[in-house]
Amino acid sequence: MIEFDRVTVTYTDAPAPVLRNVSLRIDEGELCLVVGRTGAGKSTLLGAINGLVPHFTGGALAGRVVVGGRDTSTHPPRELADIVGVVGQDPLAGFVTDVVEEELAYSMEQLAVPADVMRKRVEETLDLLGLAELRYRALHEISGGQQQRVAIGAVLTPHPRVLVLDEPTSALDPTAAEEVLAAITRLVHDLGVTVVLAEHRLERVVQYADRVVHLAGDGTVRAGAPAEMFATTTVAPPVVELGRLAGWTPLPLSVRDARRLAAPLRESIPVVAPEVVRARGGAGARRLRCRSVVVRYGDVVAVRSVDLDLAAHEVTAVMGRNGSGKSSLLWAIQGSGQRQGGVVEIDGRDPKTLSAGDARALVGLVPQTPSDLLYLETVRAELEQADAESGPTRSAPARELLDRLAPGIPDDIHPRDLSEGQRLSLVLAVQLRAAPAVVLLDEPTRGLDYEAKRALVRIVDELAAEGRAVVIATHDVEFVAAAADRVVVMAEGDIVADGPTAAVIVASPAFAPQVAKILAPLEYLTVEQVAIALEPAAR
Amino acid sequence: MATDARRLPRTLHPVAWWVWAIGLAVAVNRTTNPLLLALVLAVLSFVVVNRRTDAPWARAFKYYFALGLFVIGVHVVFRTVFGSGLAPDDHILFRLPMVPMPGWYAGVQIGGPVSLEATLSAAADGLRLGTLICCIGAANALANPKRALRVLPGALYELGVAVVVSISVAPQLVESVQRVARARRLRAGRSKGLRALRSIAIPVLEDALERSLMLAAAMDSRGYGRAGPQTRSSRRLTAALMLAGMMGLCAGAYGLLDSTAPHLLGVLAIFAGAALCCGGLALGGRRVTRTQYRPDPWRVPEWAVCGCGVTTAILLYASTSFNAAALNPTFSPLHFPMLPVLPTIAILLAAIAGVAAPPPPRPSRPRVATRPVRSEAHTDEPSAAQVSV
Repeated sequence: MIEFDRVTVTYTDAPAPVLRNVSLRIDEGELCLVVGRTGAGKSTLLGAINGLVPHFTGGALAGRVVVGGRDTSTHPPRELADIVGVVGQDPLAGFVTDVVEEELAYSMEQLAVPADVMRKRVEETLDLLGLAELRYRALHEISGGQQQRVAIGAVLTPHPRVLVLDEPTSALDPTAAEEVLAAITRLVHDLGVTVVLAEHRLERVVQYADRVVHLAGDGTVRAGAPAEMFATTTVAPPVVELGRLAGWTPLPLSVRDARRLAAPLRESIPVVAPEVVRARGGAGARRLRCRSVVVRYGDVVAVRSVDLDLAAHEVTAVMGRNGSGKSSLLWAIQGSGQRQGGVVEIDGRDPKTLSAGDARALVGLVPQTPSDLLYLETVRAELEQADAESGPTRSAPARELLDRLAPGIPDDIHPRDLSEGQRLSLVLAVQLRAAPAVVLLDEPTRGLDYEAKRALVRIVDELAAEGRAVVIATHDVEFVAAAADRVVVMAEGDIVADGPTAAVIVASPAFAPQVAKILAPLEYLTVEQVAIALEPAAR
Repeated sequence: MATDARRLPRTLHPVAWWVWAIGLAVAVNRTTNPLLLALVLAVLSFVVVNRRTDAPWARAFKYYFALGLFVIGVHVVFRTVFGSGLAPDDHILFRLPMVPMPGWYAGVQIGGPVSLEATLSAAADGLRLGTLICCIGAANALANPKRALRVLPGALYELGVAVVVSISVAPQLVESVQRVARARRLRAGRSKGLRALRSIAIPVLEDALERSLMLAAAMDSRGYGRAGPQTRSSRRLTAALMLAGMMGLCAGAYGLLDSTAPHLLGVLAIFAGAALCCGGLALGGRRVTRTQYRPDPWRVPEWAVCGCGVTTAILLYASTSFNAAALNPTFSPLHFPMLPVLPTIAILLAAIAGVAAPPPPRPSRPRVATRPVRSEAHTDEPSAAQVSV
């Protein structure tokens, strides 16, 4: 179906090719998973399938890419629209119309599908993806999972034979992600569509893959059956890491497979999970006190009378589905967001009543799109600006902070050219310059690969060790398992669960990390804990 | 059964509404009789209230109405300030202080006595323009603008897409500005003025640029702009035909609507222009390889609505020759304008559109309050609109 023949892609001004001499064959009806670290060329590989690389992105492509018998060098993306459907990470950015039904019809209109066929296919697609209720709704008012399903439906209506999905679930909560993945697997199994999928959160998709394409990062590509590929890949989901650690063969890819292999392991490790040693110090004094905080937007109550205390040295994760009030709570605590009622006190002072500068010294917030805070041309200028804004504080200069968070970011690079992880570190350094007592991170793991997430766990540990209270709003259960001491679960503006990480997430079907599911009823959360537990036995 | 199917709720073809509204606008152009103009406004209000949907643009009619009132006001104020002579037996309302003008600028007078007659005739002029604006407003309220754009001939398709995209991107831009403005407080940027603007504008613009690139990539991969069989020379020919045709249309419209220009010239120019445009569009449309999802049908109600508008225009046109005084009454000597019979009937004909068009579809979302809310709108707004007329 898709054939790469000695493909080399080099972008203009890039010192080295992104893809080097790639030969690859993806057959009809496969679900092919593309894995690799950030910047390894996943998006380039996906873009090359429908000719966006190099027709749209620029750069040079040597070799041949043939899809369904058409060579992309002679067929620009629009001429491949009837055989390849492409869905990006942010569905909203790719919508051309503003109503669900019209969006589903758009591609067919471009391809001159007759009106009666179009009508029939739109109805079929609405049913196939469970969108019938939404047909007249505006695209910007439906939820993220629904938007992503509309985006998939919109490229599906011309009946393409290949579907290319670039991180389709990375912005979604676990339940919405399941919804989208269920739709995708249904397409593969029932309609025989070939799916090529890139995803950072491998734990969500690995079990569905028929084939794995691994980008090593130096431009080379290897493809093979998932079980053998994951023995050596640079990125791996927790289930695979546990399998590698325990030496299971063949490597399990789903929780079910792993559980069947895990019986001996469950018996050999202690019942009580060992503490991961963190240089944090014990639980400290109370830094933040919230009492009956209310946030409402018109008729919609986003936060419903929430009480929350945070202590120094403590890392708290706030979880819950999209729209459950996590961000609103964070912004209300910070003081910039709306707050219609209740009390917020940080070290006895309410940030809302303070000037922006003083509030910053109490509480630092890194928003969902960190780049909103960046507006200068170079990293150095941003850091100097941060020093100037913060005035005299106990903190080290911003440059020093950044070097501790993410060493080796050059001074004169443009902030937009940084990777997601580096940009997050830059904004975090800017915010930490004011030495806030409470640090709030809103969805920090978006777009981070496993390595970058590990670095973030280390950074969060350090922040807590310095005596700050850290709050992380996130959907990423694996990250929570590794980073948080305490989990708060929100639903419809209420706090529905609050307690130590293990107690809250182990029993939850949606929020339990893979390791917990595999080793239940033991309360292990991370591979790291299992490694520590196994160590004495190895000695 | 056939009549039943015809009366089912659906949206009328947008072109039918536009033809109807333009017909009324042409009719309005022929008269300054305030009674007739008020009648036109009443007809517009009746049809809009009866046949508009629940969509946001359908609520726009009242803004056009307000704009019309504003136009009347401006007209009257200008005529008052720039007084233009008095007839001997005019009724003087009040006197403004005169501004002496230099001798070489004698034609214009600022200030001076203001007569009732001049004010009334200014108001009537303003009313005509205001009613014209309301005609356009009615078309906008009744016809879905996006569907109207889809009617554009294939050769102009890109223009339509640009408008639709900008409509759907606008809310995202607003959201992006709000988000960045809120985030700015997080950094406590103390700078004001230009630097503050920069700290908002740069992230917003970068965001917008990134989004437009993503949108362009998405549109490209979804088949937008697939090439048809068209050569460079045929493209040039299309452009030349369109340009010449448009010029012909403009000249023709001027000739027809301005009563001082020669009529025959106007008619000739408009036909020549229309022919050229059709040729250009047909040639340009040949490269189009697109279809339309759920195209609006053109059936009896569409013909009826069009017919109402066109008949009104033709009747008013026809009556200009023998009914000139009643259509354009003068206010000196002061008298109450008459209501001529034929034009009145012609304008009332246009109101049939409010019944001939099928009722608009109700939104399919289950909303409990839908019916009561609609019936309130039915009773409230027309009365308010008509009373203020």
